Amino acid sequence: MENTIITIASGKGGTGKTTVASCLAMSARQTVQFLDCDVEEPNAHIFLKPRLTREEAVSLDIPHVDHNKCSFCGRCAEICMFNALAVLADEVLTFPELCHSCGGCWTLCPEKAITTNRREIGLIKSGSAENIHFTQGELQVGTATSPPIIKAMKKTIQKNSLVIIDAPPGTSCPVVETMEGSDFVLLVTEPTAMGLNDLAIALQVVRVLDIPCGVIINRGTDVYSKVETFCRENNLPVLMKIAVDRAIAEAYAMGIPAVEAKPELREDFRKVLNHIKGVTAGERTCCH
Amino acid sequence: MKELVVISGKGGTGKTSIVASFASLLTNKVMVDCDVDAANLHLLLSPKIEERHQFYSLPKAMINREKCNGCGLCEDTCRFEAIKESTVNPLGCEGCAVCSRICPENAIEMVDTVAGEWFKSNTTYGPLVHARLGAAQENSGKLVTMVRSQAAKTAKKLGYDYIITDGPPGIGCPVIASIGGASLSLIITEPSLSGIHDLERTIDLLEFFGVPAMVCVNRWDICPENTEHIKEICRKRKIPFAGKIAYDNMVMLAASRGKSVVEMNSRIIDEIIKVWEKVFEVLCPNMKL
Ligand code: SF4
Ligand code: SF4
Repeated sequence: MENTIITIASGKGGTGKTTVASCLAMSARQTVQFLDCDVEEPNAHIFLKPRLTREEAVSLDIPHVDHNKCSFCGRCAEICMFNALAVLADEVLTFPELCHSCGGCWTLCPEKAITTNRREIGLIKSGSAENIHFTQGELQVGTATSPPIIKAMKKTIQKNSLVIIDAPPGTSCPVVETMEGSDFVLLVTEPTAMGLNDLAIALQVVRVLDIPCGVIINRGTDVYSKVETFCRENNLPVLMKIAVDRAIAEAYAMGIPAVEAKPELREDFRKVLNHIKGVTAGERTCCH
Repeated sequence: MKELVVISGKGGTGKTSIVASFASLLTNKVMVDCDVDAANLHLLLSPKIEERHQFYSLPKAMINREKCNGCGLCEDTCRFEAIKESTVNPLGCEGCAVCSRICPENAIEMVDTVAGEWFKSNTTYGPLVHARLGAAQENSGKLVTMVRSQAAKTAKKLGYDYIITDGPPGIGCPVIASIGGASLSLIITEPSLSGIHDLERTIDLLEFFGVPAMVCVNRWDICPENTEHIKEICRKRKIPFAGKIAYDNMVMLAASRGKSVVEMNSRIIDEIIKVWEKVFEVLCPNMKL
């Protein structure tokens, strides 16, 4: 059996991404590997309540200049596209928070005066809760770059499992890093003008990456039908609709997952999982 | 000039609806949407676009097949794993240009990439500067910096005293670019455990960068206990509490119609106005609204 990697995403924040991801994991009838890749604001642990037993720092290589070897030629500052180095008459300044760790400066320094230091940018914590192997990334406060943490988390994905990934909101680099390599992307949206706007943008990202996808409409009401029209016009299957419900919102506030507040939802989430497995199995047979 | 940046840490706390309401309560200001990934403010303000500009990210690598001898040096050098079999994956390329510098055949060129667009618009409530980052693009922090500086320019030109910014979610690069040097940041949170968790990280971030903070709880009645807990956090951390706003279905309805809450005759308007007055007091201690 191969992995099935499902990423739960949404252009707009707060549409219920984490709710859907944790409910899917709790409804699955098998072992699940759960990755909370929303490393700026990881929240899934609040619902899944794992016992976190391991912790590992993620760090980046940054330049360290040996001033005895340096001739202050200025080459490194010229190379660095991110303005992370400045060369003065008798000193080289480094700005670690701007460094992308591209390695240009230490690879190309003509005096071989640059070596590397490590800069910690976040943590990866892991543990388990019932059938779920849980991993979450945490970006250190004050640090700008989350993709390296996401990359490191995805390296922990094991073979032969069902993998559920809670993605960060938005449509830029952290989201792309998270979605890449997924078998299916589940987009969670809400039936408002904002929800529709952001669904359309998120869909563009999924299409650029060429990953099969489907939609869950959360907090559904009857007043706004444009999301469904959009899905129909774009051949996007709506896999589930969760009606607006204050009870779910109140449970959510206390860290109680929707499938515990409303156990009947479990069956619906299972159907979504089965649908996705069917799609990904189909993809494999038709592509290979 | 005073700049108020409204952020939330966690997405979906109702930040944009509240910003749009504030916009209707103050005259001489420019509005900015810094959520360049998923901009929404324009949906509530029906802007007329007056200027559009392209936004370029760092140039990305492109390999000239005719010159490439297939040595694979670039693939080994790229620390972003963006090169496979002498082809650059533009989604992975961060534009560091290291490959183009080490290529022995000079086969790699760095080419300009349009990563998005930014706009200057007019709305019934005044000028709005907003942007749209292309799908799957990088450099959202740079685009944020761009729209913020354009808003400051516009305000200066018009002789306006205020900038109101709708910030992005999270605590990463676009948020850091949104808050640097702001006069005040209002955090809109919600009374859920997730909201509280993200609120604390957001306060840490603002403290880290030395930006004064205030907190407002939206949909407070979903969980009064957690609302009290948030007030307690504010007291402990010495952050002024701006007030609380009740849950109202009208907000969803307004959002689904693309209108701001204050236009919809909702029962929470008075609460929003009270929050605004408190915020203004902190923003401009010696002035009357
Ligand atoms: S590693 Fe790259 S980004 Fe970092 S300082 Fe060196 S050249 Fe700049
Ligand atoms: S420019 Fe940098 S990131 Fe892009 S392909 Fe070349 S080495 Fe990789």
